[in-house]
Amino acid sequence: MKINLSINGQKHEADVEPRLLLVHFIRDLAGLTGTHVGCETSICGACTILMNGKAVKSCAILAVQADGAEITTIEGLATNGQLHPVQEGFWECHGLQCGYCTPGMIMSACGLLKENPNPTEDQIRHGLEGNLCRCTGYQNIVDSVKYAANKIKAQTAKAD
Amino acid sequence: MSFLAKYIGQKVKRTEDPRLVQGIGHYVDDIELAGTLSVVILRSPYAHAKINSINVDAAKKAPGVVAVYTGKDIEGKVGLIPCAAAAPDMKKPDYPALALGKVAYVGQPVAAVVASDKYKARDAVDLIEVDYEPLEAVTDIEAAARPDSPVIHEELGTNVGWLYQAGSGDIDAAFAQADKVVSLKLVHQRLIPTAMEPRGVLAQYFPGEKQLNVWSSTQIPHLLRTTLAAMLGVPENRLRVIAPEVGGGFGSKLNVYAEEALLGWIAMQLGRPVKWIETRRENMMATIHGRGQTGTVEVAVKNDGTLLGLRYNVIYDLGAYLQLLTPAIPTLTGLMLSGCYKIPAIQLNCTQVYTNKMATDAYRGAGRPEATYLVERVMNRVADELGMDPVELRRKNFPKPEEFPFATAAGLVYDTGDYAKALNKALEIADYKKLRDEQAKARAEGRLVGVGVSTYVEICAVGPSVMLPSGGWDSATVRVEPSGKVTVLTGVSPHGQGEETAFAQIVGDMLGVDMNDVLVVHGDTDRVQYGIGTFGSRGLAIGGTAVAVATDKIVGKAKRLAAHMLQTDENSLTFENGKFVGAPDDKSMTIQEVAFHAYQAHNIPPDFEPGLVASYFFEPKNCTFPFGAHICVAEVDKETGEVKILRYVAVDDCGKQINPLLVAGQVHGGIAQGMAQALFEEAVYDENGQLLTGELMDYAFPKAHQLPRYELDHTETPTDVNPLGAKGVGEAGTIGSTPAVANAVIDALAPLGVKHVDLPLRPEKLWRLMNN
Repeated sequence: MKINLSINGQKHEADVEPRLLLVHFIRDLAGLTGTHVGCETSICGACTILMNGKAVKSCAILAVQADGAEITTIEGLATNGQLHPVQEGFWECHGLQCGYCTPGMIMSACGLLKENPNPTEDQIRHGLEGNLCRCTGYQNIVDSVKYAANKIKAQTAKAD
Repeated sequence: MSFLAKYIGQKVKRTEDPRLVQGIGHYVDDIELAGTLSVVILRSPYAHAKINSINVDAAKKAPGVVAVYTGKDIEGKVGLIPCAAAAPDMKKPDYPALALGKVAYVGQPVAAVVASDKYKARDAVDLIEVDYEPLEAVTDIEAAARPDSPVIHEELGTNVGWLYQAGSGDIDAAFAQADKVVSLKLVHQRLIPTAMEPRGVLAQYFPGEKQLNVWSSTQIPHLLRTTLAAMLGVPENRLRVIAPEVGGGFGSKLNVYAEEALLGWIAMQLGRPVKWIETRRENMMATIHGRGQTGTVEVAVKNDGTLLGLRYNVIYDLGAYLQLLTPAIPTLTGLMLSGCYKIPAIQLNCTQVYTNKMATDAYRGAGRPEATYLVERVMNRVADELGMDPVELRRKNFPKPEEFPFATAAGLVYDTGDYAKALNKALEIADYKKLRDEQAKARAEGRLVGVGVSTYVEICAVGPSVMLPSGGWDSATVRVEPSGKVTVLTGVSPHGQGEETAFAQIVGDMLGVDMNDVLVVHGDTDRVQYGIGTFGSRGLAIGGTAVAVATDKIVGKAKRLAAHMLQTDENSLTFENGKFVGAPDDKSMTIQEVAFHAYQAHNIPPDFEPGLVASYFFEPKNCTFPFGAHICVAEVDKETGEVKILRYVAVDDCGKQINPLLVAGQVHGGIAQGMAQALFEEAVYDENGQLLTGELMDYAFPKAHQLPRYELDHTETPTDVNPLGAKGVGEAGTIGSTPAVANAVIDALAPLGVKHVDLPLRPEKLWRLMNN
């Protein structure tokens, strides 16, 4: 089937098998390997991306379902070499160790902060329940998201 | 050896992170070689079965399929999967990379399909016809040891692989003199390590150069190289193993697996790159598991709380075959049976049995969490029996700081320690007295609130070399390049620990250079001199020490050249902030200037070897023994049986901290994993040997909202085993937290007469307990 989609602002057109998973389209056809695969049951969240602005798990979506979609992956977050506030938060707060869950965790956090720019600790923990991390025990991830929320708030205030 | 304190001891942000937060690091599956074929493994659906026949004809004809291999195709060509820790008197079955004639666990590799892409390979796997003759599965470890049990490996004649005894002191006398004997039966349930990156292998062969390259998600690239060379008959100097970005290990990648050998062999057969990426389901059934002990601990004690002796009779679940270190794990339990206490007599009686399950092996803590859990649980039982406060009982039996080095009856000499100091600090932070008052109030209100204390000591950075099959040393090469940039080649293989940062901090301070000018290279056997790898909390204490000593040698050599060029005596020079100073007329030279001249070599002393490179292989003279005290406050919901952690305080002492940010990260993650064992996780097999927790949907891996905030602090008691004074911290949290949480929950249930509950302390189990 022919599909057209945009990933990080770049158009992709391809003829794909209907069964091709979106995550494999992103990794194998678009060559963007920052989106990881950690399970096959959409539990771990390592493959989380933004599709039309919403955080979704790309291992549970067929590429053909993304026809016409605007997709942002972890590689599309930084602008002109400047880290996105969520990426910066993870670096500042030691929110990662092995880094494997990190892209999905960051994309989920971006989705969460879009819906709720001022999340409480509890809201962050529940908001990230679709993303598993084995290294950090989550505390520094929660702090990373708080850091990002504050940073985004400060940036928005400045822009206003 | 002298250090600037610009970086060391500071919370330095990780140099690894910019690439990882942008998703531009490279894990095995991210490496793309032109013309790569995909490999998918067919695995046994039976726990125990004979293989009568395998028909691969249809699979071979399937679209895109290049080759299909079974056990017969590789017999005699791919060596058996090795175990480095089997004692000479151990009964050990052959473990081929693809099953031959029988299968002994669900998930055992049976055949491999090679195809043009992973979807086609996966399709073709379904076309392989295997005629299995199912046999009765052996899953219960106590039943497996009995003579009437079906035998898994007929050639061994028994399921008992090894009977192992350890300990010293007069154990019979200890029990004869006891006022009281307290015993407790405990189950250390099987756990699944579940690193977020499943395993993966990519192999490429160059027939002209006879060179095999293997990328693997491994913790031990050099040991893997040596082992694969033997398994494949490839000269070791023509085999390159690369551990690229590795997405967590926790011991599960401290091994040599069938797929690593298989992929190397297939690449050599086909002359094309081949890649295999483990699915999560495969990861859970066919990557090693952890723990798996059922045992009874007995303690001989005086009425005043003085410990006289400890005996632990345990059956250990090997699984179906031996992986790299399988039988060694309970020997570590034996070594740590003294815990933080003076116990004059200790005895371990360990029966190791084969079952129709995946092999157990090293999982974060590897035998030490088992020891700490059983000791800390039984200490609470002893305190109950004697009517003592569990904290007082612990204090009474600690060796004093001046008694170190402290020799235990379990056979170790603890380097340094001040156990009371860490415990007192934890009690102070938690406000223990107040906690007990609050608990009394809560109990009066009918609430089930408990306070759990655990003190622990663990064994890290294992050495001297004779203690490990691989050797216990590690290596470093430090090169100051002609431009003054510094390259560090380390033999350890970090996969999340942050040693690219920590080692750059050490070198940055020792050479007085910007740590961003220091590049730390690891995980590539063609770039880095031989090393042992990252496991057992050894990276910094052993690998970091090698880096520090090599750097010290650099300073010494540079000083000789600087003295020559500044036309002064070496002894008049000092090295400060990256500069050799003290020469006449205030002349000085930076380390970068010296490096340039060391390579240009136009003006060097007559016997001076050009270049500025130094290597060091550090052989530790003892292990290190980090310790600490963890306090957990937990409440059990009377309606649902759910446990809520109200507070968690951890005071850890890992000696000198190079980067407190990284230390805290290790402790957080460790606590989470130990807490997961206490509250959630268990690898469950049914009586047919089917893994019921074979996916993340079924295995209770904790999520962010299920874990609490951790209140951390530390004491600092440096080791004298290495010049850094660092002990290691990778496993501390895991070791301290399981018993602290268990003690808290069981304390919460004490008003109901509960004396012990086996882990995991899940709501259903606790609800049944409360309602019976």
